[in-house]
Amino acid sequence: MFGLNTKDTRLLILVAILVVLAPFILNPFPENSAMAQFNAGYPDLMQRFVIFGIFAIGFNILFGLTGYLSFGHAAFLGVGSYAAIWMMKLLTMNVVPAIILSVVFAGLFSLLVGWISLRRSGIYFSILTLAFAQMSYSLAYSVLTPITGGETGLQPKLNDPRILDGALAEGATPKANLFGLEMGASYELGIGGWLFTLNAGYYIAGVLMLASFYLAIRIFRSPFGMMLRAVKSNQQRMNYTGLNSKPYTLAAFVISGMYAGLAGGLMVAMDTQAGPERMFWTVGGEVVLMTILGGAGTLIGPVLGAGMIKYMENIISKINSKILHEWFAFMPDGVEDFIVNILYPFIGKGWHLTLGLIFMAVVIFLPGGLVEGGQRIARLFGRGKKASEKDASGKTTPAE
Amino acid sequence: MSKTNLTRRGMLKTSAVAGSGLALPTIFTAQSAAAFTNEPTGSSVTLGFNVPQTGPYADEGADELRAYELAVEHLNGGGDGGMMNTFSSKALQGNGILGKKVEYVTGDTQTKSDAARASARSMIEKDGAVMITGGSSSGVAVAVQALCQEAGVIFMAGLTHSNDTTGKDKKANGFRHFFNSYMSGAALAPILGDNYGKDRRAYHLTADYNWGYTTEEAVRTSTEAMGWETVAAVKTPLTQTDFSSYIAPVLQSGADVLVLNHYGGNMVNSLTNAVQFGLRDKQVNGKNFEIIVPLYSRLMAKGAGANVKGIFGSTNWHWSLQDEGSKAFVQSFGTKYGFPPSQAAHTCYVQALLYADAVERAGSFNPCAVAEALEDFEFDGMGNGKTLYRAEDHQCFKDVLVVKGKENPTSEFDLLEIVEVTPTSQVTYDASIFGGELGSCNPGA
Repeated sequence: MFGLNTKDTRLLILVAILVVLAPFILNPFPENSAMAQFNAGYPDLMQRFVIFGIFAIGFNILFGLTGYLSFGHAAFLGVGSYAAIWMMKLLTMNVVPAIILSVVFAGLFSLLVGWISLRRSGIYFSILTLAFAQMSYSLAYSVLTPITGGETGLQPKLNDPRILDGALAEGATPKANLFGLEMGASYELGIGGWLFTLNAGYYIAGVLMLASFYLAIRIFRSPFGMMLRAVKSNQQRMNYTGLNSKPYTLAAFVISGMYAGLAGGLMVAMDTQAGPERMFWTVGGEVVLMTILGGAGTLIGPVLGAGMIKYMENIISKINSKILHEWFAFMPDGVEDFIVNILYPFIGKGWHLTLGLIFMAVVIFLPGGLVEGGQRIARLFGRGKKASEKDASGKTTPAE
Repeated sequence: MSKTNLTRRGMLKTSAVAGSGLALPTIFTAQSAAAFTNEPTGSSVTLGFNVPQTGPYADEGADELRAYELAVEHLNGGGDGGMMNTFSSKALQGNGILGKKVEYVTGDTQTKSDAARASARSMIEKDGAVMITGGSSSGVAVAVQALCQEAGVIFMAGLTHSNDTTGKDKKANGFRHFFNSYMSGAALAPILGDNYGKDRRAYHLTADYNWGYTTEEAVRTSTEAMGWETVAAVKTPLTQTDFSSYIAPVLQSGADVLVLNHYGGNMVNSLTNAVQFGLRDKQVNGKNFEIIVPLYSRLMAKGAGANVKGIFGSTNWHWSLQDEGSKAFVQSFGTKYGFPPSQAAHTCYVQALLYADAVERAGSFNPCAVAEALEDFEFDGMGNGKTLYRAEDHQCFKDVLVVKGKENPTSEFDLLEIVEVTPTSQVTYDASIFGGELGSCNPGA
């Protein structure tokens, strides 16, 4: 279907089902139970899952296929965000022009950065992209304050021009919408003790994520994708055979930059705010982590990695000592305090520590990322068919 | 492409399942028409405490969280009641807010606008918080304030000193108790004039971001108005840790006062560098060379150590104040945590109490009702003397403290001494000077 082979079609359909049912899957615990702490099915986090999924899918096209490790993708995310917010301020609060322009601008900027950085490979390439990202961050933070709003960033204001929109109703605030459908609009579905939130913005981002995923599959399976894999396995040999690999790597760089721009544009569409810290190098490092954690070079891996990291960041970081004490309240006082003291460094502000431990464990024991973990489990249960299917779709080659 | 076999039986089954699936939502939906976002319906109400737990302002964040926990304890009737006993409004009973027990959720802003908004959104969407408070940077405050305006909850700003928060970025759902750059400038200038003379030549080093700009602007305007001359204003990168290359040109410039528009670690480093260069022992234009730090905090003074001795600055509140409110707050904070609270802790504690009080007086958690109760609300007994929450820009107007690094500190907390309490009238300004539009309150839902 859609020019994909059966296995890829199944993978796409599986991802589509997951995206559609995410509000239910991510809210497995009833609203008022103690475990509700671990529910992730609220609009903001679900939007983040798919947006960072797009970001990681795009990054994987560059890193997973060509092996070029870029630390500068945060810059494209930021450029996309700024382009989108300016469209909203100047043109209309409708997200369509914002998203299109964010992709275009990120594409142009990545063309410039890629054209310069791709003159080198390996660590030198990584350092060049890192330098570009840091430059963009510093520019956005201070020098370009009139355009970027500096540290404070940009938000839609009541007195923005918004040429295409009519005047706001009295007392209304400008809200991002798709032809009138507000991104924040949600339908709350209460079933028994459960409460599921079906959010318009999430589904719009989800559709775009599926489109990006489909495009990524097509790229992975195309002759162009094959050429990129050749760059990863031995670029010198390619050059000796008389092939100029630079147009291919540059194209891959720009494509992944545009994915990052799309993610940036969507971030603004879902939450109308753009700030410079989106360009900070740690954001670029985070997408590297996502890709490796999930499985570099696999199709579904980066999406899983993105989900994992965002879940940790938003759920683990919100557990505080008060909640721990509630959990272990059934224990005798001394034991309770002891356990709480042991767990405390790993929750709340210590979520980085937990993430670091998981990352280490994955890299050491599952070099192929979470996807490899899934395959091992599948093999363990003797589901040979399933495992081979994942293999084919995943092409698990460990990150280099 | 897979083959599909369309049979009558299969067709019937599928449509039956699909039909019941479509009908399901209408059966189970709990259609509660809430009047505003996160209307608390149970026996408790949830507040969101969004503070930096990691990053450059983690110290301030930790102190803010302590203050919030103390405030919740007092609101629920625990502890000694703290400032609730000295607060001029007596609406709070110590039985929660409107009889509902106060619960809270915490989050980490990481001193980043994006992370702060993500954390605030999860509090609103997941935990049902009806008010968000906290933060330790103006960028974060502005970002979260805009979010709360959109979502329809009240935002009570924590430590944010930039003019923008209640200036060009003000929002109807946002309120700030802390003072701002303009007030710092207006309070400092006369003291500086009295102590250092009215014919000084000032050299500014300014942190290169919004807060730095507004602070430099405020200090420049108010000192130039009394006759000082600004020799130069140099921007320094926020990430700078060694300021020696910025200090060296100061002496050649013929300036005799150095103004450090820096906060946190920046200020600690630049001040230390300046003192090490021996600036304070120099004589320029026949006068002693002086250094000024517009925004002081106890945590910064601690970092800079002995270098702060004799250096002027301004602050929102200091624990050594001797009014009843401050004494009660320091007493209960000290009893619980073993050391005196910082100004960040004070402003956050006061904000939590002010919100609870406004809800009690309004008789509703509706953001519009709360905003109305806060607007033009005059109160006393919260440590800053008579205070007014101005309706035009949701900024508190109160006395500003001008402080000086203490020459002979008696303990590690006793680093600043209060030089003067600048009266409110001297730091009040017209609400329209910074531009921006307040808009109208948004109850959401």
